[in-house]
Amino acid sequence: MNDQLKKTDKSFIPACPIPISQYSKILVAHGGGGKLMHDLLEKIIIPTFNNPELEARHDGAIIELGKTRLAFTTDSYVVKPLFFPGSDIGALAVNGTVNDLAMCGARPLYLSAGFILEEGLSMDTLWRIVQSMQRAAEVAGVKLITGDTKVVDKGKGDDIFINTAGIGIIEHGLNIGPSSIKPGDVIIINGDIGRHGMAIMSAREGLNFESTIESDCAPLNGLVLKLIESGVEIHCLRDLTRGGLASALVEIAETSNTGIEIEENAIPVRNDVRGACEILGLDPIYVANEGRMAIFVKSTDAKNAFEIINSDPFGINASIIGTVTDKHAGMVTIKSSIGISRIVDMISGEQLPRIC
Amino acid sequence: MKYLDEYRNPKLARQLAHGISEITTHNWTIMEVCGGQTHAIVRFGIDSLLPGEITLLHGPGCPVCVTPVELIDKAIEIAVRPKVIFCSFGDMMRVPGTGKDLLSVKAEGADVRMVYSPFDALKMAVDNPDREIVFFAIGFETTAPANAMAVYQAKKRNIKNFSILVSHVLVPPAIEAILSSDNNRVQGFLAAGHVCAVMGYNEYIPIAGKYHVPIVVTGFEPLDILQGIYMVICQLEKGRAEVENQYSRAVKKDGNPQAIGIMNEVFRIIPRKWRGIGEMPKSGLGLKHEYSEYDAESRFGLTGYRVEESSECISGLILRGIKKPFDCEAFGKNCTPERPLGATMVSSEGACAAYYRYRRIAPNQ
Repeated sequence: MNDQLKKTDKSFIPACPIPISQYSKILVAHGGGGKLMHDLLEKIIIPTFNNPELEARHDGAIIELGKTRLAFTTDSYVVKPLFFPGSDIGALAVNGTVNDLAMCGARPLYLSAGFILEEGLSMDTLWRIVQSMQRAAEVAGVKLITGDTKVVDKGKGDDIFINTAGIGIIEHGLNIGPSSIKPGDVIIINGDIGRHGMAIMSAREGLNFESTIESDCAPLNGLVLKLIESGVEIHCLRDLTRGGLASALVEIAETSNTGIEIEENAIPVRNDVRGACEILGLDPIYVANEGRMAIFVKSTDAKNAFEIINSDPFGINASIIGTVTDKHAGMVTIKSSIGISRIVDMISGEQLPRIC
Repeated sequence: MKYLDEYRNPKLARQLAHGISEITTHNWTIMEVCGGQTHAIVRFGIDSLLPGEITLLHGPGCPVCVTPVELIDKAIEIAVRPKVIFCSFGDMMRVPGTGKDLLSVKAEGADVRMVYSPFDALKMAVDNPDREIVFFAIGFETTAPANAMAVYQAKKRNIKNFSILVSHVLVPPAIEAILSSDNNRVQGFLAAGHVCAVMGYNEYIPIAGKYHVPIVVTGFEPLDILQGIYMVICQLEKGRAEVENQYSRAVKKDGNPQAIGIMNEVFRIIPRKWRGIGEMPKSGLGLKHEYSEYDAESRFGLTGYRVEESSECISGLILRGIKKPFDCEAFGKNCTPERPLGATMVSSEGACAAYYRYRRIAPNQ
């Protein structure tokens, strides 16, 4: 029936959006970084705006202006609570966009900031957030050069939403993106995963764990540029934000039409994060990060790349987690801790805690 | 991680698997009852370590999967009422009722909240005296004591704006239903460790005797499950049919008397409908008369509401171990976690969802 519908849809009403799954309204899960969001992009956004830059499905768009290559990206920040262990919405809004540019292999230069403020937000809160943004910008070496402020009625927003957009310059000849990935490439991550998501969850849900899990929020542009400058042949970079490591890798495998094989035992996860995940029935590979990336490098450069990453403050717990293969194209498999391979799927919506 | 990595040791896992192969001389079919065990088996790939003679069937022990459609419809019906805050465990929110799921009605404006404990809901009732807080009390014997305690405290503290929509089910009647069905294939059971941590395993002794079937109380880590299988196979090979306890670090024969005490204080045993299986006598819990004022079904006038389930999905056969997910025509095609036809595809503990997530192809080892 589905196939029939699709056929008639195209011939009769070409402008009509194809219904997304069975939901007629947006669910929170459509923003979860999983399949529902993926569908939203594939069925509504990408076909509508339809252009080669968007088609590349990268963290930012690459624009060529004469001989200059620029990277351009945008992201919105709606995190609750506004302040959480290890970071806050302001630093996140800067680092998130800086990292999206870094994932294009660009040197981030300028950011814009759009603030949607809810009537009644305390001036002190706004001050703290803005200060935090400036501090993060200094660390990342970017300037916030333009912006906008809107206020909405009480109840129409949630204290504050921030949008940042960023421009960066690409100063090398590498073509960093899923299309450059080749079988044999080695995949490195720059540290332990799952901290940001668990920090937010423990702050949001009032879950009291024995230790405080702090967000890993960090700018990654310095580390990326260091790798590029040292001559490492980087094929693809992807930050492991919403949907975590698993969703990022599945997306890359699908876009690049290659297979990815990773090893569970090679993926660093801090004990407190693992414990919290075990209690809630979550899998750390699906939990969000804000200072972690997957780095796809040419196999012969892997050792050198690993050493550079591991000696950087934002790459202390780096690990080689897997390789790209020409088998099972479009799929990610993981070797479980007892040594058996299985499929890694993209999560459907948000990862929901299991009952028992 | 301490107390966990020890139970995921690959070398020991292979040794245990080897041990199982050595003692296995016949074809045997074992069912793990609990959805948590199904999840672990498929996630870690435990079944691929086993000799071909052993078939694992996935049982009805996923509380999300067996909650009947009509109860989800009732939950939605309550959730959309003005003044109600409807609280649910996370993975219950995606389970489709007749037409919608809780996430959809949340998107339409209903106040539906995910909680981790019934006590979060109870606290919400105290903090929001002008709202009606309803908690979706689902699950097996594992979640029942905490839910009972929440109701007990509500009564004791005279909290009037709190109620629970009860959908508690019990494991032993489900095992009996499987064993007494004409097309039963199950020859041995891994009983659910966490259920037994609450209830103990006295209830299983007469079942093992009556149906001559070994039952091993089993934990949830790879080595637990492998050892549980080893113990079942040992019994099967020797013709024994006893109740044994693999999960002795958590389970005592008599269970947890405090937990059982509070359950008995608040709940009584009643017949319950199971999704995909139908109504079974004495298979669930309902509130006792003394606590009936906390029953959301009667508070919101929904006691007479009935829905017949559609028959397009074979989840009932899967829940009873008669079929496996791959036997279903719709699996991975018309039925995926994004668009589930039945409950076993919804919860991550459901057999179909676990297979979909980890098994669409047979990866190279």
